[in-house]
Amino acid sequence: MSATATRDFEEFLEAHLGQELLRFTTAGSVDDGKSTLIGRLLHDTKSVYEDQLAAVKKSRVNRAANGHVDLSLLTDGLKAEREQGITIDVAYRYFSTSRRKFIIADTPGHEQYTRNMATGASTADVAIVLIDAKAYLREGRLLPQSRRHTYIASLLGIPHVVAAVNKMDLVDYAESTFSSIRAEFVAFASQLGLKSVTVIPVSALEGDNVVTPSAKMAWYDGPTLLEFLETVPLATADTRGPLRFPVQLVLRPDANFRGFAGQVARGVLHQGDRVMALPSRRETTVRRIVTWDGDLSEASYPQSITVELDDEIDLSRGEMLIPAGSETQSSGLPEITRHFRSMVVWMHEEPLVVGRTYLAKHTTRSVRATVKAIRYRVDVSSLDHVQADHLAMNEIAEVELETNLPLFFDAYAESRTTGSLILIDGLTNATVGAAMIVGAVDTEGGQGSQAALVVVARRAELAERLRDALEARGQRAVLIDDSLITNDSLTSVVRALNLAGVTAITARELSTEALADIVRSTQAFAEGEVVVGDGFEDDEILRLSGVRI
Amino acid sequence: MTQTVALDSDTAISPARLNHLQALEAESIAILREAVAEFARPVMLYSIGKDSSVMLRLAQKAFYPGKIPFPLLHIDTSYKFPEMIAFRDAYTKEIGAELIVHRNEPAIAAGANPYTLGTQNCCGLLKTRSLLDGLAEGGFDAAFGGARRDEEKSRAKERVYSFRDSAGQWDPKNQRPELWSLYNSRLKKGESIRVFPLSNWTELDIWLYLYAEKIPIVPLYFATERPVIVRGSQLTLFFDGMKLLPGEEVRMEKVRMRSLGCHPCTGAMRSEADTLPKIIEELLTFRRSERENRAIDHDEEGSMEVKKREGYF
Repeated sequence: MSATATRDFEEFLEAHLGQELLRFTTAGSVDDGKSTLIGRLLHDTKSVYEDQLAAVKKSRVNRAANGHVDLSLLTDGLKAEREQGITIDVAYRYFSTSRRKFIIADTPGHEQYTRNMATGASTADVAIVLIDAKAYLREGRLLPQSRRHTYIASLLGIPHVVAAVNKMDLVDYAESTFSSIRAEFVAFASQLGLKSVTVIPVSALEGDNVVTPSAKMAWYDGPTLLEFLETVPLATADTRGPLRFPVQLVLRPDANFRGFAGQVARGVLHQGDRVMALPSRRETTVRRIVTWDGDLSEASYPQSITVELDDEIDLSRGEMLIPAGSETQSSGLPEITRHFRSMVVWMHEEPLVVGRTYLAKHTTRSVRATVKAIRYRVDVSSLDHVQADHLAMNEIAEVELETNLPLFFDAYAESRTTGSLILIDGLTNATVGAAMIVGAVDTEGGQGSQAALVVVARRAELAERLRDALEARGQRAVLIDDSLITNDSLTSVVRALNLAGVTAITARELSTEALADIVRSTQAFAEGEVVVGDGFEDDEILRLSGVRI
Repeated sequence: MTQTVALDSDTAISPARLNHLQALEAESIAILREAVAEFARPVMLYSIGKDSSVMLRLAQKAFYPGKIPFPLLHIDTSYKFPEMIAFRDAYTKEIGAELIVHRNEPAIAAGANPYTLGTQNCCGLLKTRSLLDGLAEGGFDAAFGGARRDEEKSRAKERVYSFRDSAGQWDPKNQRPELWSLYNSRLKKGESIRVFPLSNWTELDIWLYLYAEKIPIVPLYFATERPVIVRGSQLTLFFDGMKLLPGEEVRMEKVRMRSLGCHPCTGAMRSEADTLPKIIEELLTFRRSERENRAIDHDEEGSMEVKKREGYF
């Protein structure tokens, strides 16, 4: 290689290092030609290796007609789906052009696999919904699955949706067919509140308007599908909102360093910023933003960093840093509540039922979540709201959830990271649901928070009644054992119970000093308060402890 | 006709958006940290190859200024290139990582080799069995692996957290859905999870990152004059003590390895690429997939899927 060629190549390398990453997902039904479209994108961008193409050419299976190479075989990975000719699980593909790097989440559009589409859509910047032009002509309207795919794209908050009107070769490349589809699609998309939609006429089989402009559709003057993907502006809302830094891990390599490792979930963090820790609401200053590559002056979504703070405040995994001085939602506070509404996509054969408790993972916080109510189920073909008392696999509903500990969240529409959670079956450990938070549920009488510790000195009978009343309300509570738990370890026991969402009750007599100690330390960690029963009537203590009478 | 209908103006571009390597790095570091936070006893599978080198650097970054908080596990088949073992020992010592080497000694003593057993059975004994034993012996509930989804079709469907039953097996039809970056780490006794922090990296990304970060790799990746023999359709590196088959002769060629496996089953390729930029340039002009030089992947259609079901990485 000559010296000049090397220098050119190094410039090329620098350019490659600076590329942006775009993630997109594809949704289409079995016969829409989705795998062929992806195969075409990979093939025409020269992202397919010779040996892979050779393997496809000699494959025993070929579903493409007229001597075409079956490009769908490039992506249909698992044996079962090669035999059935359908994609049964989310597959990820990678390619790049001189302008961008792409990650494709290739998701099946078969009716029973809504969960896979939701999975692929959850991280996508762009969704490509395939529409079969031939089927449209036959039915005279958009097929229900096209509507369903578009609805799921909107539900999962994908910033840009592209309708790729495929099989234009089978409708004589007719502009009138394309125009009707376009009009119906745009009308439907605006009804769903989608922010940006694009409609492109293509033929995946023949390659029209996928990578190269079509000579057969001179009436179309928009971008090819690839041009669109290379130039669509990437959403930035996540770097602009108020700071959300959920702590993943506390790093303590030696006695001199205590760092909070995590990924910025939203907004920007600067060295020197005043920040507030949740749930303690203690404020401090960011001393350093530490990385292996040196300290940073600022870090934003979605960087992984380690934060060192000025003060030794109480902060651990599952807790969060937000801007200091946040007092209301408009001044940067997330919602802090145990009771909220969310859209749930159900993903398991065993249905969701009202009253059941699941495990939930939200940012780095793991809690228990009980289904309080199903507000309505969405009929994904008509988008009608219908009544439901359970939710079967692939069904979608607005559900009220109540967690044992408060979550610090933003609505999903504000932040896909701090507005999402997964539901896990505590018995089988299967991931059973995906939830997108709509907002807090207003509870009558304010917060409805539970006490961390209730002290009812020398009133053992009341302690037991209190426990039973809390349990009857679905709130877990235990009586502290006087012989096993000493006063010295009382605080740590209360803390452990509090983390597990359990109210501690004690009937022991505590000195004023011991009580003050416990109240002070509990304030730092507890979600609820310490209720001291001295001088109150029984009912009043029950009410203070969170029991509605 | 205008094609894009902006129904909301809030879709503008930001100059602050990370480039693709920064975005991949941030995601991988978050995965490594999440697994360390949630699993009782994680381990990192260290294969000495380029992907392992990247994964190891990401682990250093994830826990900086602390050390890597888990051991590295190398499954040694006894057929690894001597340069690999030398690199492994020197590099892990240099960065202060804890290294565990596991070998299926009974099978090695019994003379397991790909020529008489076939590659499937040989891999089964020296890699898969050995890996499952190594994981069980250490009581590891999570194992980081450097596999990438772009390597092979069945890997394209792999999760970042890949659940394995108590026999270490993978069921492609019963994978946990994986949404956003919320990973389900729940396990019952004996079950485990393979964690793949490099899931979204491509081969090109790996090379670009090695170049940008100046990460050391085994010298076998760089082209130089080496003694080789032609065995089957494959160019095989020759080294002292290797038995020649009838008709084979040793000759010198300028070659390099594109991926590092066991010497009987990993072919060399003729190449002039003796620097990282040259390797990257070669990669961009040379359109054959990296696993093509591995005998194990094309025994039969779908062979990688079969191996993965049994517990192979």
